[in-house]
Amino acid sequence: MGGLQKKKYERGSATNYITRNKARKKLQLSLADFRRLCILKGIYPHEPKHKKKVNKGSTAPRTFYLLKDIRFLLHEPIVRKFREYKVFVRKLRKAYGKAEWTAVERLRDNKPGYKLDHIIKERYPTFIDALRDIDDALSMCFLFSTFARTGKCHVQTITLCRRLTVEWMNYVVTSRSLRKVFISIKGIYYQAEVLGQLITWLVPYQFAHDHPTDVDYRVMATFTEMYTTLFGFINFRLYQTLNLVYPPKLNSKAESELKAEHEEDYAMDSESYMEKLSALSASLARVVATAEEEENQLDQFPADGEDLENMEAREKEQKEQEAQNRLFEGLKFFLNREVPRESLAFILRCFGAEVSWDKSLCIGGTYDVTDETITHQIVDRPDIDKQYINRYYIQPQWVFDSVNAKMRLPVEDYFLGVTLPPHLSPFKLKLMALQRGEKHVQEEEDDDDDEEEDNDEVDDEDLTEEKNLKKMKDQRSQGKTLAVKVTPGKVKPWETGSVVNKVRLEKEEKAEEKRLAIMMMKKKEKYLYDKIMFGKKRTTREVSTLHSTPHAQIKQPATQAQKI
Amino acid sequence: ARPGSVLHPPGPVLHPPGPVLHPPGQALLCTPPTRPGPALYSTHQARPCSVLHPPGQALLCTPPTRPDLVLHLYSTHQARPCTPPALPSQDIRNTVGNIPMEWYQDYPHIGYNLDGKKIFKPIRNKDELDEFLDKMENPDYWRTVHDKTTASDIRLSDEQVDLVHRLQKGQFGDVNFNEYEPSVDFFTNEVMIHPVTNRPQDKRSFIPSLIEKEKVSKLVHAIKMGWIKPRKPKETTPQYYDLWAKEDPNAILGRHKMHVPAPKMRLPGHEESYNPPPEYLLTEEERMAWEQQDAEDRKLPFLPQKHSCLRAVPAFSRFIHERFERCLDLYLCPRQRKMRVNVNPEDLIPKLPKPKDLQPFPTTMSLVYIGHSSLVRSISASPTGQWLVSGSDDCTVRFWEVNTGRCMKTLEVGGAVKSVAWNPNPAVCLVAVCFESTVLLLNPGLGDRLVVSSTDQLITSYEPPEEDKEQAVTWALSEGPEHDNGHRLTLTHPKAVKQVVWHGKGDYLASVMPDNSSNLQVLIHQVSKRRTQNPFRKNKGLVQCVSFHPLRPYFFVATQRYVRVYNLIKQELTKKLMTNCKWISSMAIHPGGDNLICGSYDCRLAWFDLDLSTKPYKMLRHHKKALRGVAYHKHYPLFASGADDGSVIICHGMVYNDLLQNPLIVPVKVLKGHQITHDLGVLDVTFHPTQPWVFSSGADATIRLFT
Repeated sequence: MGGLQKKKYERGSATNYITRNKARKKLQLSLADFRRLCILKGIYPHEPKHKKKVNKGSTAPRTFYLLKDIRFLLHEPIVRKFREYKVFVRKLRKAYGKAEWTAVERLRDNKPGYKLDHIIKERYPTFIDALRDIDDALSMCFLFSTFARTGKCHVQTITLCRRLTVEWMNYVVTSRSLRKVFISIKGIYYQAEVLGQLITWLVPYQFAHDHPTDVDYRVMATFTEMYTTLFGFINFRLYQTLNLVYPPKLNSKAESELKAEHEEDYAMDSESYMEKLSALSASLARVVATAEEEENQLDQFPADGEDLENMEAREKEQKEQEAQNRLFEGLKFFLNREVPRESLAFILRCFGAEVSWDKSLCIGGTYDVTDETITHQIVDRPDIDKQYINRYYIQPQWVFDSVNAKMRLPVEDYFLGVTLPPHLSPFKLKLMALQRGEKHVQEEEDDDDDEEEDNDEVDDEDLTEEKNLKKMKDQRSQGKTLAVKVTPGKVKPWETGSVVNKVRLEKEEKAEEKRLAIMMMKKKEKYLYDKIMFGKKRTTREVSTLHSTPHAQIKQPATQAQKI
Repeated sequence: ARPGSVLHPPGPVLHPPGPVLHPPGQALLCTPPTRPGPALYSTHQARPCSVLHPPGQALLCTPPTRPDLVLHLYSTHQARPCTPPALPSQDIRNTVGNIPMEWYQDYPHIGYNLDGKKIFKPIRNKDELDEFLDKMENPDYWRTVHDKTTASDIRLSDEQVDLVHRLQKGQFGDVNFNEYEPSVDFFTNEVMIHPVTNRPQDKRSFIPSLIEKEKVSKLVHAIKMGWIKPRKPKETTPQYYDLWAKEDPNAILGRHKMHVPAPKMRLPGHEESYNPPPEYLLTEEERMAWEQQDAEDRKLPFLPQKHSCLRAVPAFSRFIHERFERCLDLYLCPRQRKMRVNVNPEDLIPKLPKPKDLQPFPTTMSLVYIGHSSLVRSISASPTGQWLVSGSDDCTVRFWEVNTGRCMKTLEVGGAVKSVAWNPNPAVCLVAVCFESTVLLLNPGLGDRLVVSSTDQLITSYEPPEEDKEQAVTWALSEGPEHDNGHRLTLTHPKAVKQVVWHGKGDYLASVMPDNSSNLQVLIHQVSKRRTQNPFRKNKGLVQCVSFHPLRPYFFVATQRYVRVYNLIKQELTKKLMTNCKWISSMAIHPGGDNLICGSYDCRLAWFDLDLSTKPYKMLRHHKKALRGVAYHKHYPLFASGADDGSVIICHGMVYNDLLQNPLIVPVKVLKGHQITHDLGVLDVTFHPTQPWVFSSGADATIRLFT
């Protein structure tokens, strides 16, 4: 009737997951190879919904992979290549040991290698998928390209990373897609909008790294291997979309301009070409020679009502965007030698400025300090001896702040020796708005204390919430002192009291009602409610601490803009 | 001594460390001195050998004690005579050989000279001071060397110093030695008309080699079998190409459903800026706190810093770490899709009727009954609602007038009063008081005189039955001064009594003697017949409290975790209620008789609907601490609970006659007033029989009335 008794953990989620060690055994790989495979294929552990069920009743901490993922790895051709490589190493070692040099040579010739193209294609079926995931690749390649040529990883990797990042920067410059920049203590953040995707990356400052010992560089190298492949393909495709030649070539006109006098002595041809590219001062060659990209106008579609509004908004946005792209057009910058040349040249070129630097600093400078047409000179020292009267001497932060404010900020705040205004993160504008609102409420509460209740309510729910909380807290404290205060036969306050008292009592009543209702909440909902309230309280507390710091005076780019 | 050791000259002087020590020189030195002639000659026959051995060195290496060897060496260099080295005039050499000189450190001598005489150590060793003075005063100090074997200092001659200099520079010892002499071929390169040998050619030089054939055939076989493959052609596809030329947006991976894309890196806030607004910088205390925190607990993984200019910004030391941690997160961190609940917290709060609409209920504290000196364990109101009785740990029972708060009577009893209960029958004026193992029935003499006297009559009208039955309790009538105090009947129990409870009619009385080991835990007494019976034969657990059903002949017994409902007529168990509590403290029955509330020490209040289920209909966790007392109101839909957190919570508990409609429970008021003493707050609550008022007694020795 009942049939066989069902055994536990033989169906359902317990069979969908597999622990790491079991997976490794199934794939017959060493831990290092398994790790490499997971990194390359993008396989990661999953957190099961019911961990205890999956763990067969045990609560020991284990990481679980999806069984399907591991099965998917079984068919990976790269696994075979790993094994081949292992065999190759063994053979080579043997040949060396026996001093069979012909064998060594033969083995070297047939060294097994693998390509990651198919994996990239598999992981990112469409180009947009790949583009969406490029943030980490960018940051990693920028980091690796700053490594010294000795030690931590192969020189080829470093040069490849450098090449790819230069290609990327050239693309961003040509497509004018940089949106936001931010100087942090870690490095410089850039955000670009490429084909509608917001891409953020972080570039470290140009210093020698002091390599930590507790970092496994093999893991990083494996990631970089994957990222360089992905990044190269993306660059290729991006260059194609702009009709640019890949690998990038300088415009023939620009190339002749950049010809240095003693170029032969400078470096090898390929190297100096690379450096010229990385100088970012010249435009790239195109497959189809067009003068400049023509502005693509938004076509007018017959629309009505909401669509029309949307379209108008879009049009407005586009116009703003164009204005931002031409932010520095017509300006001529000169970079002093103490400012970070690459990042500034990159940013300025992204917004249409002309930029140059000292000949001895880097290849690719197009004009000299003595050029009379220079409008801005970027200097990062307290004072400079010889100043030209027809140009502004400004600190580098001006460029960054202007980009974030989407307008040329007044230069007075950024002159030499002037204390700079704070540099704010362009990524946290929402928070800034909240703070402004918060300030407003605080003032209102001060009014409260003066017993002048003005009834204009703030729309923001958080704020009223905060008020309520405060009220409740007050009340609770009142409740505590109740035993002392209340005497029998006290006249109800609202019968004699003023209007203010009445209002207050009403509020108190409401708060009490709410408190009693909260008592009747179900356990699950109570938990959720408590969590939400905790989060809200925390944010309000953080904001209020920021306000209460003695020297709080927020100077925002927006307010500065109003001054112009 | 070994013969080889003789050859070793005072080493350190002549062979300064470094590249000067040529292996050929060693070879010469190692030549066995026993057969010096042939070996030396043979090495010096060939020209390269003479180049390798700088003659100066060779000469110096020659021990002066072996003149024959020196002679041989001179003979090899006949062509180019070199200046003989100036040997020290009195060359007393030690014959002990190349041994560690420490072996002689315990002896007065350090070896033997050629004549077999002991070489004595100098009487006094030079100490550092001597050394220093010597250094300062002796002009030849720099060219003086210590010879360990003879324990004497040797002053080097000018030639020797020159030689040392030359060797240090890596030059040959001999000044006149020419190291770039024209080479002379070993064999001539010109073809001579006469062959060197006239041997006929071997046969093997003109027939094909078998060995080679074998090798070739092996290779051919390997190629045939496919063991040796031709070289692979070089890959010609470029490194990068248009990978997504034929992109297929519908190509969904098999696992696509479960794919969780990695979250992006968090975007930086203002605090990460190189020049943040000043309010983002940490104060000194915050910085200290930050430094003391564990790296995982820190809210910010870095310290916000302000730099006056971009030039001054240093490299971020943890940059590689952070990148590496991101890598680890990407491939090691388990991922899970979490739904972000986007819910308005206000919507989560249940919509309940407003407390205002559920009036009347007690809202304010109006009276405090002060008089007890210790915690008041139990209170009970008279059925008329005029009087209140309270029992306290100070061994007194007090009677209060409810409206005025006046203490009408104080009775001393012989122990801490555990429980008091006023007879619910309005025609009888009796109060049951329990302390230690005694239950006392009192007639307080308050209220209507007729009632008081009729009660006395009721008690005195008892006629003992003909046959005396053995009873678990002894009934005793009080007389004398005790009678004047109001004592009427004394029931002496075998064990300590914790609770007394009246039946609604007022004739029956139940007392609880909690005891885990016997079945004698609950006794039911009939006052009019002075009879006592033990209803239970078996011990079902530690009884906490008991109660009579208000209308029907049911009896409720609460043990630690369960409430059992017994039918007294059929004498059977009708229901067993699971409370899901750890330890029940109190219990109250709804006047309708179909609902029941249980308070427990684990802060819960369980409402049972007896018609619905044996599990709680609602579990209320309103109190923060253990509940001590619960009570229903007789007429109004109210119930109250008192707990150790010092609060009394009044809830609206409406029970509908319609069986399909569930009871409505709404908390309406939190009453506070009792002070918490010794972690105890409210110990008992009871409602006024007619008014919507609630009495609470607390550990602060007060009774409070909330109206």
